[in-house]
Amino acid sequence: MEGGKESQREGPILLMEGITKIYPNGLVANSNVTFEVREGEIHALVGENGAGKTTLMKVLFGLEKHDAGNIFVKGEQVNITSPRQAIGHGIGMVHQHFMLAPSLTVAENIVLGQEPRKGIWFDQKKAAETCIDLGKKYGLEVDPYAKIADVPVGVKQRVEILKALLRGSEILVLDEPTAVLTPQETVELFAALKALKEGGHTIIFISHKLAEVKEISDRVTVMRSGRVVGTRNTEEISIRDLSNMMVGRDVELELPRPKVSAEDRREVRLLVKDLKYVRDNKDVLKDINLQVKSGEIVGIAGIEGNGQAELVEILTGLCECHEGTIQICGEDATEKKPGEIRELGLSHIPQDRMTFGVAAEASVAENLISTRYNKPPISNGFLLNLKAIFATCLDLIKKFEIKANAPKQPVNTLSGGNIQKVVVAREFSTDPEVIIANQPTRGIDIGASESIHKYLVNATENGAAVLLISADLSEVMGLSNRLLVMYEGRIVAHFPDAEAVTEEELGLYMLGVKHQELDEIVASLMGEAG
Amino acid sequence: MKTDKRFEILRTGVAIGVALLIGFIVTCLVSEAPLKAFGYFLRGPFTTTRRFAAFLEAAIPLTFSGLAISLVFSAGQFNLGAEGQFFIGAVAATAAGIYLDLPPVIHTLVCLLAGIAAGAVAGFIPGILKAKWNASELVSSLMLNYVFLKLGMYLVTYHMRDQSVGALVSLPLKETSLLTQFIPNTRIHTGVFILLITVLFCYYYLFRTSQGYEVRMTGQNIEFARYSGIPVLSVILSVQVLAGAIAGLGGAVEMLGIYKRFQWLASPGYGFDGVIVATLAKNNPALVPVTALFLAYLRVGADVMAIYSDVSAEMVAIIQAVIILLVTAEAFLSGYRRRMLLREVKQSASAS
Repeated sequence: MEGGKESQREGPILLMEGITKIYPNGLVANSNVTFEVREGEIHALVGENGAGKTTLMKVLFGLEKHDAGNIFVKGEQVNITSPRQAIGHGIGMVHQHFMLAPSLTVAENIVLGQEPRKGIWFDQKKAAETCIDLGKKYGLEVDPYAKIADVPVGVKQRVEILKALLRGSEILVLDEPTAVLTPQETVELFAALKALKEGGHTIIFISHKLAEVKEISDRVTVMRSGRVVGTRNTEEISIRDLSNMMVGRDVELELPRPKVSAEDRREVRLLVKDLKYVRDNKDVLKDINLQVKSGEIVGIAGIEGNGQAELVEILTGLCECHEGTIQICGEDATEKKPGEIRELGLSHIPQDRMTFGVAAEASVAENLISTRYNKPPISNGFLLNLKAIFATCLDLIKKFEIKANAPKQPVNTLSGGNIQKVVVAREFSTDPEVIIANQPTRGIDIGASESIHKYLVNATENGAAVLLISADLSEVMGLSNRLLVMYEGRIVAHFPDAEAVTEEELGLYMLGVKHQELDEIVASLMGEAG
Repeated sequence: MKTDKRFEILRTGVAIGVALLIGFIVTCLVSEAPLKAFGYFLRGPFTTTRRFAAFLEAAIPLTFSGLAISLVFSAGQFNLGAEGQFFIGAVAATAAGIYLDLPPVIHTLVCLLAGIAAGAVAGFIPGILKAKWNASELVSSLMLNYVFLKLGMYLVTYHMRDQSVGALVSLPLKETSLLTQFIPNTRIHTGVFILLITVLFCYYYLFRTSQGYEVRMTGQNIEFARYSGIPVLSVILSVQVLAGAIAGLGGAVEMLGIYKRFQWLASPGYGFDGVIVATLAKNNPALVPVTALFLAYLRVGADVMAIYSDVSAEMVAIIQAVIILLVTAEAFLSGYRRRMLLREVKQSASAS
């Protein structure tokens, strides 16, 4: 840090000093953040969503311009205004959402931008060799000729890492790399990261899964609401202390499963029979049978993209082209529109809250009333009752602990967790008979997740039937009474007792290694109904 | 939030200032006596009672079409059909004014209803095309503007033309159908009251009714609206019909208030001016009359300038364009806003 060449080796390989970043909407994402990474370490950057981790890394990678502060790489001050410059300084980034060309092969993606040539032609063979060499060197082997569109998520991630390595990255930033992986794939990723570290690479690992942080990192920096709370050696800090640092208070780590006696779980609220959905001549959904009774949470585990999103869209009426029958509270809901399905008592927490869950520029109040704007007391059928709206919204803001200054505040000035609370407040406050919760806590902070889990369990214990879809295994395993696993558009397993299942076993079903027979599943589902 | 509101006002003010400055520079380039010319432009509407009245009269049709456009824009529908709706509304009112025999007030009301109906039909077509077949309302409404212009011209030329007059004008409207011009020496007519009612109606409709809520949510995020159970297709259709009705009413009011016969040979352009008015008003019906007055002021000022100086009235188009550009450009003055925010953040940081 002191400058001289001698001290360079001892100084940090990366120092971000006094970084402040304010988004045009006035959100202060980083406030005077100082972040230091030593050479050859795996440094975890943790914090609730909205704490500013991703923003800090976007600043480092030149995707966002910071308003104040300096960045030093290997002791030298650098000015990074584009990813190209970041790569030039040896910084590579693997984003949460992969940036790959799906129609090209693995090798083509890896060498993209620096293709080997034979004359004026692209040298396919050379590219493949480069990939294989690189893969061997770092223990990240891939099939160079496979098409990106055909390979699983774990492989796509490897390709991203290899891409960064080929460009000479010494500092590798991974933004929530395990969010999309199965437990098995995570193990492989960690092995690869450790090998990279042995090879002298420095890794910045963004996550909010503390068990993983504990397992993989050497040091950990915790961020909270745009500031750095502290940096610790991972060995010296417990998961509980880490989570307290993140949230700023004690948190409940155990998830509460709803406790409703079997006698009270009688009434079938959601029934799906032989559901089938075909798109582009492919079976997106097939042989879907399920039922959810009042007082229970039925979880659907599965890697994203195995038909869960489509299933939810069909159940909620957003997508109409399908075969099979759906009943909600005993009434046929197969051909109904979203509004009519809501009338039957269904609430829906959508996966993509900014697209479906809220109108981003509208106020908190406008977002809270969107499912009851034409019912008393909000409206007499024609005129809105502004007083009733105001009162209802204040009540919901208080009850669901939404951090908003006023009902009039635009919803996009709230943090992700509070936006989700707006959605949850709206969906839970209409006394729903059936709740479909699709990734209800994705991308939001621990504090907000905790409250949302609490509301979900409360609603269930008060008699709602909940279908919970989540890619977060700990969530779906911790909250559900029963578990289903989806793989390639089918339900491949049913576990009547969610407590008796292990993460590893679920992983095998999620990857399609194991599956129960259809008859067996239907029989066990119907047995439940008995 | 307060910062935001202040910033919006400041930004609009600066945009107008910059636009006037550019207008002045252009004036300097083309005029022998730029100061004098620009003086006429700025003071024009206030120089005589007649001109002041002209300024108010001009704002009436601009407000009607501005309201129509702000409704469809609020629903996220880029229906630019106000031009044709306004025109066909005027033609329908003319027909009713010429051929029906009714007692005074009732005759006027029937003529207005005819304008409303014609405008509503004109709005219904792009609306139903969008709702049924997802046809771009932008394209269909623009094309339909020509259809209604030609249809109107055909009806006037072949069915309502006054053969005894040399020019291409319709038969005179019956006295019973006309709106009263109630201020001597001006053409300001009772249509002003219809206008005020329409402004209030639009504002209350959009912000105080369940239907208006549906319209705004559909415009803000149609996926969210659908997910919430709002019947978006019928909202898209009904808002375009309603906007068409208001534009048609505007055409009828203009016809019955200002003219004695139908004498337009081309579309008067109020529909497109409505886009400017609505955009400046940020689609808020309550602000539409204000921005309509502003635009009318520019127009009348430019006319006065054109009469008394060597600068043509088209100069005002430059000023309009610059204002629209700067008001709608998100990034304009955003650097200043960032600095304002940064200062606030630093203050709150040092305070804590």
